[in-house]
Amino acid sequence: MAISISVTVNGKTYNHEVEPRMLLVHYLRDVLRLTGTHVGCDTSGCGACTVVVNGRAVKSCTMLAAQADGAEITTIEGLASNGDLHPLQEGFREEHGLQCGFCTPGMIMTAWQILQDNPNPSEEEIRHGLEGNLCRCTGYQNIVKAIQYAAKKIG
Amino acid sequence: MKPPPFDYFAPQTLEEVLQLLEQYGDDAKVLAGGQSLIPTMNFRLAQPAVLIDLNGIRELADIQESDEEITVGAMTRQRMLEKSVIIREKTPLIFETIPHIAHVQIRNRGTVGGNLAHADPASELPAVMVTLNATFKLQSLKSERWVSASDFFQGMYMTALQPEEILTEVRIPVQAVTGLYGFEEVARRHGDYALAGVSVLVHLDENQNCEDVRITYFSVGEAPVPAHNAVQFLTGQPLEDEIISEAAELAANNDIDPHDDIHASAKYRRHLAKILTIRALQKAKNRNKPN
Repeated sequence: MAISISVTVNGKTYNHEVEPRMLLVHYLRDVLRLTGTHVGCDTSGCGACTVVVNGRAVKSCTMLAAQADGAEITTIEGLASNGDLHPLQEGFREEHGLQCGFCTPGMIMTAWQILQDNPNPSEEEIRHGLEGNLCRCTGYQNIVKAIQYAAKKIG
Repeated sequence: MKPPPFDYFAPQTLEEVLQLLEQYGDDAKVLAGGQSLIPTMNFRLAQPAVLIDLNGIRELADIQESDEEITVGAMTRQRMLEKSVIIREKTPLIFETIPHIAHVQIRNRGTVGGNLAHADPASELPAVMVTLNATFKLQSLKSERWVSASDFFQGMYMTALQPEEILTEVRIPVQAVTGLYGFEEVARRHGDYALAGVSVLVHLDENQNCEDVRITYFSVGEAPVPAHNAVQFLTGQPLEDEIISEAAELAANNDIDPHDDIHASAKYRRHLAKILTIRALQKAKNRNKPN
């Protein structure tokens, strides 16, 4: 059984036939070769696979590619424009918001949602917003700072 | 590929869903938000032959209010509840509960119907629905029936749903102005499944004594657990500190029968249940503004 889907990812529309059981994260990584989105736990626990689907941050390991038919998706690859980093990406660089970087794409896409909902979040609101994303290298201090940096820059 | 193969249907009407369920019955699983089902399939703990995706059924995703009750469609996302003015104003107990349900990415996808039909004993919303005396509409091609939340939850992941039935709608009586409420849970990390939790709803009579009390636990048994002994004890009594403590003690010792597991011992869960009951009833008490 194959399903025809038409998905817009980072502004570009793709048409593919997919197996119903293909997860959205595997479609992004293995079919579109957009490997910035990471696979962590496959159980919606870690947040590494977070992407934005129709304006809301979701975990792409708990959504089927077939369910993305007609959707507009933004992944980490879609944030920079004309070679300029998005303020969130810049914030993670400037504030040293990562060590190994595995959680970073998911952190940034979740942070995008946080700033979308509230352009000027408090530290507490940022920390609550990041509840669904795990970083195993270190604390979350610099990640929070990176998001504050971006909020200031965008604001 | 993580999940095992299955046939996939994405019907656009409820009628089509009910026909597919009639046809495939036990072989089929209904896919709502997918926040429990897809991980379970990723681990191959669930291997349904057929998946019926409800995400195209727009008519099941809305929140309506009348004077006495609120109607929530089964495909209403948890995030929609969180943002709903109706929910905030008419059932503040639900409003207070939602931030405890997983985290925002999950609430963006997770649905009310899926949350309830999955019947995870550690889940918040089933217990809150029991506390609020909600009723659920169960539909199949041939029948339609209403089941109270307390009859719906029958055990761990077990509900009153028959294989060809689907939960389509939840009706929640509006909390009267005097409905004092509290919600408390303890989880190791915010958004994780709770080690223990409780929701309470108290109505006082004109003498400020408890008239109608509902206390329901989660994560301390196979399903939402009502605190019959504590409720009986509280009825007719004022919500005072000593009485609250005694009721909490009674509930923790006599109303619940928690398990040991890797997350917490039964003894610790009893302790949590007692403390959380005190906190939740104190919260309810502090919300009381007698004329």
